[in-house]
Amino acid sequence: MKRRTIYRHKLLPYLLLAPQLAVTLVFFFWPAGQAIYQSVLIQDPFGLRTQFVWLENFQIVLTNPVYLESVRVTIIFSTAVTLLAMAPALLLAVMADQVVRGASGYRTLIVWPYAIAPAVAAVLWLFIFHPSIGQIGQGLRTLGIPWDYRIDGQQALLLVIFVSAWKQVSYNFLFFLAGLQSMPKTILEAASIDGASPRRRFWMIVFPLLSPTTFFLLVVNIIYAFFDTFGVIHALTQGGPGRSTTTMMYRVYRDGVINLDLGGSSAQSVILMTAVIILTVVQFKYIERRVHY
Amino acid sequence: MPSITSPILLQVRRLGVATLIAAFALGSAFAQRVEVEFWHGLTQPLGGLLEEFAADFNASQDQYHVEASFRGTYPDTMVAAIAAFRAGNAPHIVQMFEVGTATLMYAGGAVKPVYELFEETGVDFDPDIYIPAIKGYYSLPDGRMVSMPFNSSTAIMWVNNDALREAGLDPETTPLETWDQVRAVAKEVVDSGAAPCGFSMAWPTWTQFEQFSAIHDVPLATRANGMEGLDAELMINSELHVRHVQTLLDMQAEGSFTYGGRDSNADALFPSGECAILHGSSGLRARVVREAEFDWSTRMLPYYDDVPNAPLNSIIGGASFWVMTAPDRTDAEYAAVAEFFNFISTIENARRWHVESGFLPIRFGVFEELEAEGFYEENPGADIPYLQLTRAEPTENSRGLRLGNMPEIRNIIQEEFELAIQGQQTAQQALDNAVQRGNVVLRAFERANR
Repeated sequence: MKRRTIYRHKLLPYLLLAPQLAVTLVFFFWPAGQAIYQSVLIQDPFGLRTQFVWLENFQIVLTNPVYLESVRVTIIFSTAVTLLAMAPALLLAVMADQVVRGASGYRTLIVWPYAIAPAVAAVLWLFIFHPSIGQIGQGLRTLGIPWDYRIDGQQALLLVIFVSAWKQVSYNFLFFLAGLQSMPKTILEAASIDGASPRRRFWMIVFPLLSPTTFFLLVVNIIYAFFDTFGVIHALTQGGPGRSTTTMMYRVYRDGVINLDLGGSSAQSVILMTAVIILTVVQFKYIERRVHY
Repeated sequence: MPSITSPILLQVRRLGVATLIAAFALGSAFAQRVEVEFWHGLTQPLGGLLEEFAADFNASQDQYHVEASFRGTYPDTMVAAIAAFRAGNAPHIVQMFEVGTATLMYAGGAVKPVYELFEETGVDFDPDIYIPAIKGYYSLPDGRMVSMPFNSSTAIMWVNNDALREAGLDPETTPLETWDQVRAVAKEVVDSGAAPCGFSMAWPTWTQFEQFSAIHDVPLATRANGMEGLDAELMINSELHVRHVQTLLDMQAEGSFTYGGRDSNADALFPSGECAILHGSSGLRARVVREAEFDWSTRMLPYYDDVPNAPLNSIIGGASFWVMTAPDRTDAEYAAVAEFFNFISTIENARRWHVESGFLPIRFGVFEELEAEGFYEENPGADIPYLQLTRAEPTENSRGLRLGNMPEIRNIIQEEFELAIQGQQTAQQALDNAVQRGNVVLRAFERANR
């Protein structure tokens, strides 16, 4: 079945789309195109000497064990951040949904962290978890736990995962809460009358009905974990100790801005872009089928 | 009054339309002034001191006007300058940290070496006024100077005298010259509970590899630490380097060394009293004076006394000024830059910068003058950096280094060192890996700059 356009004027739809298209072109397609172009070149930082090298930058990047290690870190990191950011948000949303008195107060408090810039959030937690000046850091050490994220790679990874997830809980909370509040009460009441326990009601009715929200948040959170966690990592660990918190995104920065290896860094950006595109397509193709709208 | 009107002028120019109108409106007094843009990477209070020099230069004559502005940390400033160059409007002068030296030196037409600047503008300049360890760092192998030295520091040892006393040691008489002595004192401090951390270091690569190699007269890299060519290879997996990392690992195991993180992260550990001994920049002085609530002193960096030729001079850190080119740059602008450089290199200004900022007295004459006046008796320990830097005639190994992508190499060494500290690899493995990975970076730089 083919639907015909309701616009008489042929130009109008394009005109209406133009602002959005312009923004997308300037801020997405143009830089992305630049990255692809730069990724097939070897160039000195000042752009004075340029060699065209086909896909050699990709070959160098993909055969570099240090890069493959950052891929592994990224997978662990984004999976953990996504889970840790979504599960508590859902729990908080379900609880906030039931609160009657002072509901807006709770909501404001839970949404608060979202207003904090990632770097500020990181510094905040640094002052809490620092082994010598942080309250919790000192506490852990008094308990005999050798807490020092500056030396222990696993602790460092745990810390950046925790802080990155903490930042995102508020965002997820808002969406879950909105999803819960738009849920038809009649179905839940019918289930209650049929004698379904709150737990059963949640898993049989609420959770499936929330699935469009959950799915949307899954996509957004994975993209967040890939791209928006730079500030947290940069402020807390700078990718260390060793390479334990160097994600693919952080490597792009290291190789591009510190190392001034524009070709290699662009190749990594292109790889990262491809990875996120594939992930999103896969999610839409396979997971979306199980989503109830 | 340039200090009030110049930001207005600058803003107008940024709009890019009304420069002429503004010039007429603000009077002809400095309408003819040649404008020089100067990007620096010094945070307060040092950045403010630096900007005062520009203001004083502007007040000293009526032909030129230097607009000094802060552009973020050194790496940020470097990236900003590169981006500006690519867009065709690089600043006239950019301040760059010592590890960016190779990147800018090989930047071909993007940079005008200062020897060329002085030749072309006819401004008198004698590079031999600078002490050798500084001149050598910023010169070509044949002695021609490529960037203008200004804020130089070196690494020294900071000692908490009170912590030593609490551990039953007399800071006046306890020797702290060799690594054995430093290790013994650090252990005593920790064992007696005088401080939770005996020894630590800021800038791990700089203090434990770059300075260490210079002091012990061993190469950090081939080709005279890269000074003689792009094809240099790292040499930090030598027997002595492995021995030193092993010493640090042993010290960590016995509790006398606590790793304090990358770059300047460990700086805070000394003034807070947590670490009794710290290897850090001499530039830490202002902060220690302000924050430390205990009696402290400075020493030269320790060495292994069984190594021949040790101890040699240490090498410098800090930054220098680079002249950048742009398609529309005029001779008058270069002349302005040369005059400004001439101004900052006078003995009075070098002295003032050293006294106010705590950076090294970079040219001959300053130290001697201040010593004669008793400055170093009033400020004990302020002479240590200079004495350490000048205690020997620099050799090929202690003249400095010029390795491409040095910031990345520093990171790689820190990473591999951290993995050894975590117990994931031995000292030998860490340094072998650092050499192998560092050489990959050097080859990439060689290829991109050939």
